[in-house]
Amino acid sequence: MTAVDTDAGPDTGPDPALLAQFERVLARSDRIEPRDWMPERYRATLVRQVAQHAHSEIIGMQPEGSWLTRAPSLRRKAILLAKVQDEAGHGLYLYSACETLGVSREELTLRLLEGRQKYSSIFNYPTLSYADVGTIGWLVDGAAICNQVPLCRTSYGPYGRAMVRICKEESFHQRQGFELLMTMRSGTEAQRAMVQESVDRFWWPSLMMFGPPDAESPNTAQSMAWGIKRNTNDELRQRFVDMTVPQAQALGVTLPDPDLRWNEERGHHDFGQPDWEELAQVVRGNGPCNAQRLAHRQRAHDDGAWVREAATAFAARRSGEPSLSVEPVETPGADR
Amino acid sequence: MSAGEWPLYEVFVRGKRGLNHVHVGSLHAADDEMAVHHARDVYTRRNEGVSIWVVRADAITASSPDEKDPLFAPAGDKVYRHPTFYSVPDDVPHL
Ligand SMILES: [Fe+2]
Ligand SMILES: [Fe+2]
Repeated sequence: MTAVDTDAGPDTGPDPALLAQFERVLARSDRIEPRDWMPERYRATLVRQVAQHAHSEIIGMQPEGSWLTRAPSLRRKAILLAKVQDEAGHGLYLYSACETLGVSREELTLRLLEGRQKYSSIFNYPTLSYADVGTIGWLVDGAAICNQVPLCRTSYGPYGRAMVRICKEESFHQRQGFELLMTMRSGTEAQRAMVQESVDRFWWPSLMMFGPPDAESPNTAQSMAWGIKRNTNDELRQRFVDMTVPQAQALGVTLPDPDLRWNEERGHHDFGQPDWEELAQVVRGNGPCNAQRLAHRQRAHDDGAWVREAATAFAARRSGEPSLSVEPVETPGADR
Repeated sequence: MSAGEWPLYEVFVRGKRGLNHVHVGSLHAADDEMAVHHARDVYTRRNEGVSIWVVRADAITASSPDEKDPLFAPAGDKVYRHPTFYSVPDDVPHL
């Protein structure tokens, strides 16, 4: 494995003893902890991945959140509220993990709002019907679980610990979604059709959540060598398909892929390829809801400014500092 | 203190009576009281705790985690602190 710190320049490479120590820890599948020495590229890769993950949890509240006021019963509303609140919690666990790598929360928020860091492509699709709440729980949280379970063993301690906590909570998300769809499937013809229509829209974007095919994912090999990632995109996608097919049968819905069939020889399902050009477009910012999601996040940030200021002023006054020391919050991109 | 970045707190939760408080993560809050409230919402949404400690991260003094740290060297060569160091006859009870 070569984990040479190229950013440090040709003649000031990392201290060989530190690098050797880092690689010894990885070789015995032990964890790297925040104050350990680590190669700059390991740190940068983690910051990018964990931040993107945190942003996804936060932006991911929006598609389902838009159904909170229209949930059909108090029971469904309470469940949906709890789920959306969990996603906020997931974002916070992950931001905390990311901050241990030396990036501030403020900076991470800024990078999201300025579009310098990404979030999962799936949240740029709209939630057009109430069935989408169920489909997201079943397919999107299901795909997230596939991604996240192996990350509990990621090489960076704080990231792995955040994942353990998140995975415990995700199974409720998936099950409530499945149960919602089951309930609708036993309803009227219109409700049954609504479920199928929703699954038709979310199936391919769910497969895209695992990222581009391995051949076009140049960073995967290095991330796996560092133990940051534990499986390739295609391995995880296969696992997701295999796990989902029997669930779809139980629901009585059709997955919209004519090439989907069991392959006895491989012991896996064969399946078609998502439209990778569509994924590229969504990642580039041209998905159906990209602008809306970021505008909403910016608005929430701006609307919270007075709360942050007031809490800071209150804390300062109680601790005896003059409250005049409070500086106005910077709200980049705000046009008000 | 700027309103933009509240101080960082480390959070410790006692899972149930009889257990130690264990570090569970961190969060930002304007003051101690808000840190406790945030810790409740972020880390104990499912009865994960019966008691929470929060402490400002900048108040913590840490050893270096590097395992070559000389801080831990004194314990390295004192095998006689472990019960397995002593050989006693197998047939003597309660030893
Ligand atoms: Fe989540
Ligand atoms: Fe979730």
